[in-house]
Order: sequence, then C-alpha cells, then structure tokens
Amino acid sequence: MSTDNKATVAVIDYGMGNLHSVAKALEHAADDNTQIIVTSDPAVIDAADRVLLPGVGAIRDCVGEMHKQGLVPSIRKAMAEKPFLAICVGIQSLMAHSEENGGVDCLNHFDGNALFFGNDHKDVDGTKLKVPHMGWNQVTQTINHPLWHGIENGARFYFVHSYYVIADNKDEVAGTCHYGHDFCVALARDNVFAVQFHPEKSHKDGLQLYKNFIHWDGKP
Amino acid sequence: MGLAKRIIPCLDVDNGRVVKGVQFVDIRDAGDPVEVAKRYNEQGADEITFLDITASSDDRETTVHMVEAIAAEVFIPLTVGGGIRTCEDIRRMLNAGADKVGINTAAVFNPEFVREAAERFGSQCIVVAIDAKKVSAEGEPDKWEIFTHGGRKPTGLDAVEWAKKMVDLGAGEILLTSMDRDGTKNGFDLGVTRAISEAVHVPVIASGGVGNLQHLVDGVIEGKADAVLAASIFHFAEYSIQEAKETMHAAGIEMRL
Repeated sequence: MSTDNKATVAVIDYGMGNLHSVAKALEHAADDNTQIIVTSDPAVIDAADRVLLPGVGAIRDCVGEMHKQGLVPSIRKAMAEKPFLAICVGIQSLMAHSEENGGVDCLNHFDGNALFFGNDHKDVDGTKLKVPHMGWNQVTQTINHPLWHGIENGARFYFVHSYYVIADNKDEVAGTCHYGHDFCVALARDNVFAVQFHPEKSHKDGLQLYKNFIHWDGKP
Repeated sequence: MGLAKRIIPCLDVDNGRVVKGVQFVDIRDAGDPVEVAKRYNEQGADEITFLDITASSDDRETTVHMVEAIAAEVFIPLTVGGGIRTCEDIRRMLNAGADKVGINTAAVFNPEFVREAAERFGSQCIVVAIDAKKVSAEGEPDKWEIFTHGGRKPTGLDAVEWAKKMVDLGAGEILLTSMDRDGTKNGFDLGVTRAISEAVHVPVIASGGVGNLQHLVDGVIEGKADAVLAASIFHFAEYSIQEAKETMHAAGIEMRL
C-alpha cells in the first residue's frame, strides 16, 4: 500500500460503528504529511506509525469484536512499540477487567479495573449526580506529558460514560477529574496514552491533544 | 470544580435552512445551518442540537448532508432529532457524524423502539424528546401530559411516569420541551423540569420558552436541569452564547467559559 511517504495514523475500526468524528478531528489536527486511515486490517495497523484505539459501545461487544476480528495481536504489538492512544471505552478495554455487562475480562495492559458510578451516585454534599457523567469536566494533569502540551491544566473536556477506571499503579495516572469523587481520566505508560474523554468532541483542547499525538515520538 | 452545566443552541431546520417557529407556526428564516453551527461553536456552545422539522422524508437526505458538513468542521457534540423512526434512521445520522439522536413521536407509538435503539447503539446516543403540557387546573396538584404532533394531540400519558419509563428502556438523556412555553419567551416550565429531573438518574435538558438569560439560570437552579436549550434568543443575536455563560457563571452555576 502506497502512503506517499506520509506518516500514518491507523484508527482501529472493529465494526462497532461510527468513527467519523474521530477521523475528521484527526484530519483537522493533522498536517499534510500525515495520513489518517480507518482500518480493521491487522497488516495496516502493524505498518502504521501511530495507532488510535477508539471506544464504541458496551465493553463486552467492544472487547469481543477486537478478539473476533483478530485485532488483539496487532493492538498488543502496537502498544509494545509505537505511539498508541486509546479513547473512551478504549481506556476501559486496556484495563484487566470491567464490571460492565456482568463482568468482562479486558486486555490487561494496565493493572486495574473499570467500575460503575452507580445509579445512586452522589456528590460529597449529598446532592444527586446524574449517570452517565455527561458533559464538560475539568481535567487535572497529574504528570507532565507531551500529550498535554499546549493544554491548560484544568481545561475542560467532553465526557460521556457510566464506568470509570481505577489504576492499581498510581504513577501511571496522567489526569484526574472530579465527579462525586476524584477518578482517573488519563493513563500513561511508555508509548501508550489513554483517556476517558472524547478529544474529537472537546473543541480546541481536544484537537490540540490529537495534534500532540500526531507529533508524539512515543517517549513519556 | 466539577461537571459544567451545558448550553445547547437548537437549530430547527426545514429544507436545509434554520427556521424558528413561534408555537410551531410563523416561521422566520435564521440562516444556513452550517454557518450558524460554526458561529455557535466559536462562541463556546457546549453542544448543538438540530431538529429536522421537514415533514417529508424526501428532504431527509438534505439533513444527512448538512450533518456531514457540520461534523467535518465543528468538534463538539451534535444531536439530531426529528423524523427518527427506525434503527436505520439512527445509523444514517450517526454515520453522518451525529453523536446522539433524539427520538420523539416514535417512542410514544412504539416504546420498545427506545430499548432496541439503546441496545444497538448504546444509551449514550439515545435522547428521548418529551413534549409536555400542563393538564392540571389551578388549585389541583400539578400534572403534565405527553402531547404529539407539535402539541396538538394528547396521549393520556403522564409526563413524569413516561420519562421514568424511557430511562428504564435505555434513554441516556431526556430533552424536555414544555409545549405551553415553547416560543412564548416566558421562561421554562420549571415545575415539570424539576419533577422530571428529580425523578430520573440521567441528564435532563430543559427546553421551551427562553426569552432572556435569567430564564437559563432559573432552569438550572430552580428547574434542576443539567443543560438548557434555546433557539431564538441566540439566532437573532439578542444574546451571544458567551454572554449567556457569563450570566450563568455569575449566578453561581459551574460553566465551561
């Protein structure tokens, strides 16, 4: 496959639906030397310079489709060797386990689990909090990282999720948010970065994060 | 620090143009949807909602292209409602770049459609739109009923019970429009907004009746809405989104400024 010597970003399509906005936002953030490829072909993922794992749908279908379509070896290979970004359910799929859908084993790249906020979620003062956690919340950057470059600490990103991750290794937490309690919204280890929010729906700061990813060499 | 309340400008689109009907008649032209969406995006809108009020399905294709054009340039959440009756309608809108779809009348005639849609596409993209009217008389306990056909046909369904049922079936969000207030500029019906927001665990968007910025504040503080939707006050540049956010912030509401 010819890519005209352009750097490639593979957006993994595991058949769960709409990757339009992710691809459009990456294209918007990219320069002329970068090509965005939405793909379900392991060979294309293996050949790409960077890999983005979107999250679509419920965790059981999400992880199930990754296995069914034979994408897991390519995902693991990419996480071992090149800049890799997971978003939304993507971050949850990298944990050991999620309690969604009655309990699902995930890819176990990060130690920890995805838990349900609960339908009786409350703020510290006892006020009821809606679930899903939907809308713009402030992200506290807990480490310096190339993917946070040019983004103000405390900037708001768009979220929509009912499950959140707890990382066993606190030094892998790259960002947190508050909704009833503090929780992890970004994880980083070596060349892998994962976020709970939707950069493609987070206006300028989201596009900046994609731009940072497109230029990231994979070093923390 | 925490989750911000949202301001959602709504674009009623008819045959590819933004229009705003007062009580769904007397339609005024408010511009090209793509241009209007870009302007709201620049002003800091937290989401954008399109309501396709085109009656005929022939023009649905226009809406699909419009959503595609907007989604290529506007990187905030987009909701599309109006004429969503089947999973195929939903799939087309999501593929065009919508993040959520609003289901209204189809839910009334076939509640199982909401379950089917939520199971197939996930609750996060299923917004159930409820058009409610107050039916209790002065002095009676408050009661609101669901109406269809632009507020003309009563259904006999209690609005609060209906909202709970929609959430049980998988609605991820409720868009609540007061048909008594829509287009009047007299403010939201705070009673029904609060009753439904307190009855369900998913976010509720208040809609119908915004005439000034204090109405937006009231919708959140008194109506307990998670988001406020307005059309005409923004379309005709009476207020900018930024002004609205600053007013709400000054009233003590957490906003994305």
